[in-house]
Amino acid sequence: MATTSRSTSSHRGHTVTASGVEVVQHRNVPAAVLTYVGVVLICLWGLLPFYWMIVTSFRDVGFTFDTTPWPTHVTLENYTTAFSTDRGNHFGRALLNSVFIGAVTTVVGLVVGVFTAYALARLEFRGKFYVLGLILGASMFPGVALVTPLFQLFTNIGWINTYQALIIPNISFILPLTVYTLTAFFTEMPWELEESARMDGCTPGQAFVKVILPLAAPGIFTTAILAFTAAWNEFLLASQLGGDKVQPVTVAIASFAGAQPHQEPYTAVMAAGTIVTVPLIIMVLVFQRRIVSGLTAGGVKS
Amino acid sequence: MSTTSGVATGEFAQGKPPLDPGKRKSLHDGSGRKAAVLIAPTIVLLAIVILYPVISAVSQSFTKDAGLDPATGMFVQGGFAGVTNYKLWLLQDCGSGAFSCPPGTLGSQFWTATGVTFLFTVVAVSLETLLGFTFALVMHRKFKGRAILRASVLVPWAIPTAVTAKLWYFIFAYDGIANKILGTEILWTGDGWPPKAAIIIADTWKTAPFMALLILAGLQVIDESVYEAAKMDGATAWQRFKHITLPLVRPALMVAVLFRTLDTLRMYDLPKILTGGAGDTSTLSMLVVDQVRTGFNAASALSTLTFLIVFAVAFIFIKFLGANVTEQRAPKTKKAA
Repeated sequence: MATTSRSTSSHRGHTVTASGVEVVQHRNVPAAVLTYVGVVLICLWGLLPFYWMIVTSFRDVGFTFDTTPWPTHVTLENYTTAFSTDRGNHFGRALLNSVFIGAVTTVVGLVVGVFTAYALARLEFRGKFYVLGLILGASMFPGVALVTPLFQLFTNIGWINTYQALIIPNISFILPLTVYTLTAFFTEMPWELEESARMDGCTPGQAFVKVILPLAAPGIFTTAILAFTAAWNEFLLASQLGGDKVQPVTVAIASFAGAQPHQEPYTAVMAAGTIVTVPLIIMVLVFQRRIVSGLTAGGVKS
Repeated sequence: MSTTSGVATGEFAQGKPPLDPGKRKSLHDGSGRKAAVLIAPTIVLLAIVILYPVISAVSQSFTKDAGLDPATGMFVQGGFAGVTNYKLWLLQDCGSGAFSCPPGTLGSQFWTATGVTFLFTVVAVSLETLLGFTFALVMHRKFKGRAILRASVLVPWAIPTAVTAKLWYFIFAYDGIANKILGTEILWTGDGWPPKAAIIIADTWKTAPFMALLILAGLQVIDESVYEAAKMDGATAWQRFKHITLPLVRPALMVAVLFRTLDTLRMYDLPKILTGGAGDTSTLSMLVVDQVRTGFNAASALSTLTFLIVFAVAFIFIKFLGANVTEQRAPKTKKAA
């Protein structure tokens, strides 16, 4: 296999690969070329719109609709505009709100989820089917069916525009995800170690904390990434049950006001979108393998 | 609740407990009580935020709006309304007796919203499945640089839907790049087919890669030796695809399609931000939210209808189309033998 020519050419595009002479030794050259054409097309599919957002976010507002495919009229002004509160936008505050809501949701969701997943993966008990059924039903549930009753309930108890009004529903939304992913990870773990810890005199609680939790850390971490991403994305309930004070970034970006009414501040919105997305993209780059294993943990047998 | 939450569905459609701990059972007396304690917090949270609202919504949907009685001018509390709130949506009966709500009222939009929601679901999920399958077949081949590819397909997944909607709103702006590349002057967020196409394109962009990852995971568990054996017997590439790949990947494929279908049926963020409902692109979820401000009881009836529709579709998938979510998970447990 002509590994060197392939790896270098893959950075430049498929046309170079086509002339990668050494690959010819392998019997199906057209298939290899086709694969690389496909790979390049898929990369473009994922990256081009994202690239366009970044390029636009650095472009002077006077050249919003410039179509040069690389950065021109570069400025950082859009980023200051995004954080500016002059037009009634509170992007900075919304960013902090999202971090806070996402962090609390993730931590509580994980703590609650870990215990349930442990019970589902390790204990035999009657009614397990009904517990699983309830969790399944919850995850299939259309969020919009909750808006009406929760809006009414939270209005009655004065919770509209409070953090708990956004955090508690969010926890319930991510619980099926965390329980499910964690159960999949827990089922795969070497539980023999727990038993030997017990033999050595640990209580079940000690065995869990000292032996199982450290082993489960990668799975829990992966679940945390998925849970945080889900909480970070939430829009529907936040837009209905929240208010200015607790508004998360998704809602803030959707209602970003321009200099004049009905004038969409495209470049500032692209800057805000870039800020919101980049932390997630970094996470994706670093933990891609884990994320994929977490995402597919439920759907496929291995 | 967005694409990620879909993954959380899965196994539990059938009666057997799928998570048999297998060969290292730790059965002790009192494990039932221990389990109850460990599971209680999850059940309580789900009960507060999901069970209570559902029961409350169903009961509200059979309640009359409180308000001034037109005959007496007195303020009256609601009371039992029978199926009036459902007739509003299903039969377009806005209370005037005529079976047609005046244009412009929310009641008149029910069937349009249902139609467009199913249109989005059928077209977008079909496109996502075709593209996702193609992506997965490419990604399953051996090549250098898998990490770059995997990161690229995770990018659309990682971008929040609200940002995705704004990004495509910019791409589809009148002076935007889409019109420039196509050489057209289409009002993508106006009337007719363009707003629908815009939503379907944006949704497909965001979720086809996710579909690809699920299908790829299904492809990866197919034993290579099966293909080798078929090759020996002289099967062509097409025959191998049709008689080996398709049937073996079908269970994973059906689960992926189920997840995506349920997610698209409850779509809200994307059409809300991208088109705001222009050109009849208000989905059922958007209609519910609009109705919440107008009247709780009618909104409750509509959200109950939406839930029933989603539930019915899930049921059809699991029962008749073989989206066997139990089978998918069960083999993951280590077998005792």
